Formats: sequence, structure tokens, C-alpha cells
Amino acid sequence: MEALSNAIYKNFIKDDRWRYITSGLGVTLKVTFFAVLIGILLGFLVAIVRSTYDRTGKMKILNAICKLYLTVIRGTPVVVQLLIIYFVVFASTNVSKVLAAVLAFGINSGAYVAEICRSGIMSIDIGQLEAGRSLGFSYAQTMWYVILPQAFKNVLPALGNEFIVLLKETSVAGYIALEDLTKGGDIIRSRTYNAFFPLMAVAGIYLIMVLIFSHFVTLLERRLKQSER
Amino acid sequence: MKKKILALMLVCSMAAALAACGSKEAAAEPAAEETEAAEDEAAEEEAAGGTLVMATNAEFPPYEYHDNNEIVGIDVEIAQSIAEELGMTLQIEDMAFDSIILAVNSGKADIGVAGMTVTEDRLENVNFSDSYATAAQVVILKEDSEIATVDDLAGKTIGVQLGTTGDIYADDIEDATIERYNKGFEAVQALSQGKIDAVIIDREPAKVFVEENEGLKILDEEFTVEEYAIAIAKDNEELLEKVNGALAALKESGKLDEIIAKYITAE
Repeated sequence: MEALSNAIYKNFIKDDRWRYITSGLGVTLKVTFFAVLIGILLGFLVAIVRSTYDRTGKMKILNAICKLYLTVIRGTPVVVQLLIIYFVVFASTNVSKVLAAVLAFGINSGAYVAEICRSGIMSIDIGQLEAGRSLGFSYAQTMWYVILPQAFKNVLPALGNEFIVLLKETSVAGYIALEDLTKGGDIIRSRTYNAFFPLMAVAGIYLIMVLIFSHFVTLLERRLKQSER
Repeated sequence: MKKKILALMLVCSMAAALAACGSKEAAAEPAAEETEAAEDEAAEEEAAGGTLVMATNAEFPPYEYHDNNEIVGIDVEIAQSIAEELGMTLQIEDMAFDSIILAVNSGKADIGVAGMTVTEDRLENVNFSDSYATAAQVVILKEDSEIATVDDLAGKTIGVQLGTTGDIYADDIEDATIERYNKGFEAVQALSQGKIDAVIIDREPAKVFVEENEGLKILDEEFTVEEYAIAIAKDNEELLEKVNGALAALKESGKLDEIIAKYITAE
């Protein structure tokens, strides 16, 4: 018992070590939040371009660019992308680490969100598009008022899953010496040489964040289902 | 049909890979057995396979680094010589520096040899052998840097390698922002790209880094002076004694100096 409280004291209280965890948590949340925004925006745009090409054959060049983006981003590990953004793209500038991380994770997430959204749009029967067009809606209007609302409901579970993955993926931000939650635990570990407490604390916090987030996704899903009755 | 051919090819390549492993082990074993037979029974007890597992972080030239797909360096050769003295074969595990003490503690590795300085926190967790080399933490700067003394570091952004003594002592610098990189060279890279003002790291790797990156210099004033030693689990006093014995023998025969001189040219 005394050994336990001693270990907790050494890992979290001594030298205010808990601060590594709390400030790391702040950084993780900040990076995840902005990366999710970039991911949604990028992914949504790419999905529109790709599905428009699939359905109508327009936007050939844009579609090719989007395809290249998807291939490159989905074909390389996120850690490598992060290092490239920090050490190659921003080689000559003193860029803020948070910005570099947000860009890397945002661009990475965008590729996955794009494919999720595209599958959602394609899951809506083409008859709905034809019906909308024959009622006098433009292509964009049909997309916005008829297809996207239904598509969103279909992809919500997959999107929620993607953001959970993103939240956990930010744990590699330590590679560019960004002090996120995982790195915070690592710093404590490098001081106390105790693996158990810092790692368990970090794992527990990630788990709690994911649980809270899943809860909100479930609530939203239930709310969107009300229209089905 | 195609699938069958593919499967056959896979099986063949796997068999080849396995056979390659087997022959290597077979070649290593007789040598180990011979020396073991000559050693006393204490060594035999240790020799469940006769390997001495060394944990290190091979990003730390000239103490340990990758060269032609092999991990080489001062620490590696010293560990190799110790293993020879003890009649064991050396096996190197490359890992992050801050994991080394954990690996030694949990028995995943027998010794931690990674240019490691004895500090209070580390002593609480592992035992250390006698020291085998002296070293210093130095400050790497850009050539046009305004920093002229260690005191000038106050308020600056300083890069270090996570968990190194440079990291621990840098915490005491007033108002400085410490950026902890996983690898020393990444901190140096950030320095040459102007992302940070200085890097605090051990002298010998610092020399290599400065040599290989243009526009960098080492501050004349040393940040700290310290001694390197080998980390061994607390409950393995027997191995500690043996390693100390082997180290003493290496010092006696002049082999230790020989190894160090091979990598570090005297100024």
C-alpha cells in the first residue's frame, strides 16, 4: 500500500509531474479538434468531386488530382507524413508544432473522410438524383437538399469511428517533439523509469475521451433516426 | 493453379529463411559452448543459451550507431569484450533511450549500455557498474548564434533528446523552453532549420553532428561533466560483479583505451 502511494507520489505529484499530463491533454485535444475540422472540410470536398465524376463524368482533372491525393495519403504512414510536413515542407521556417501536427493529421484524416463520404453519397439510389433533377432542382440543389442529408445519416457511424481513430493517432505527435498526452506520459516515464503508472494514466485518459465521444455520436445517431418513423 | 505456385514459392522462401537462421545459430553455438566449459559454474547458470542481451539506443555516435546494417560503436565493442570475458554471446536490442532502464528492470535486457550517466533517479531504479568513460554535455549552436556562454541559454528554446542527462539538466535553465525529441539528430536537424536556438547533447555525438551539418558549432564551455556506466537490474548483483570484474580486466589490459581511441581521435 505504501509502495503504491509512493509510486503515485513519484510519478504524478513530485516536481508537479501531473502537469505533463494535463498540458499534454490540452495539446492532444487542440490538435484533434482542428485536425477534425480540416479533415471534414477536405474530405467533404474530395467526396463531392469524386462522386460527381462517378455519377456524371464531369470534373475529370479535379477527380484525377483527388485520386492522387487519396493514393498518396492512404498509402503512407501518418508518422512519415507528420515528419515530412515538419522537417521537409516547413524545412526553412520555424513553424509552430501544433500547426504542423494539425495540418498533418487533418490532411491525413481528409483522405479517409473522403472515402467514407463518397460511399455515403453513392449509397443513395441514383433514382433520387434523377427525381430531383426532373422536379427542376439543379445538380447542386439535389445534392444539398436530397442526397447529402440522407448520406450523412448513413455515414455517421463510420465518421465517428474515423474521428476516434484520429484522436488516438495524434499520439505519434511526439515524433516532432510536440508535447501531447502520450509524450507527457513518456516524459514522466523518462524521469521515474516507471512504466506502469504513466502509461496506465495516459491509456485511461484516451479511453475516457473516446467513451465520451462515442456517447455523443450515439446521441446524434438516435436523434437523426427520429425522422425514420 | 497460380495460387498454388505462389504458395509453393512462399513455402520455399520461408524454408530458406529458416535454414539461414539455423546455420547461423549452429555456427555460434559450438564457440559459446567451448568457452562456457572453461568458465566456472556461475557462468553456466547464467548461460541459458549463453546470451548477454544489451539494450541500447543506436542513434548516438560514436558510442553506438548503425553502420552497414550493423550496430557498432564504443559501447558495442566494450559490451562485446565483456561478453567475451564472461564467455557469453552478445545480443543487441535497439530501442528508444528512455526505454532502456525499463528494459533492464523488467529483465528484457541484461545490461543497458548507451552512454548512460549515473544520476540519482536512475540509481533508484537500477544498479550501475564502474564507469568506463568520461563525457560531457555540450551545447550545439548555429555558427552565427549570439549565445556565448552557458548562462546565455536562459530564456532560449533548447532541443534535447528525451530522457538524456541533457534533458534532465536542461530543466534547470531559467525560463528556457525545452523541446524533447525522440532522437538526438532530430533536435540537431531542428536547430539547423532554425526551429530552436541550441541543442544540449553529449560531446562525442555532438562532434559528429557538427561535422556532418554545415553552419553548426559547439560552445567551448561545457554544460556538465559526467561519467558513463553500464546499467544492470537491481536484483542481479551477481551480473554486476561479473561486469565490474570484466571491466577491470579490460582496463588492466589496455583494451578499453584501445576501443575508445579507435573511435575518438585525441584533440
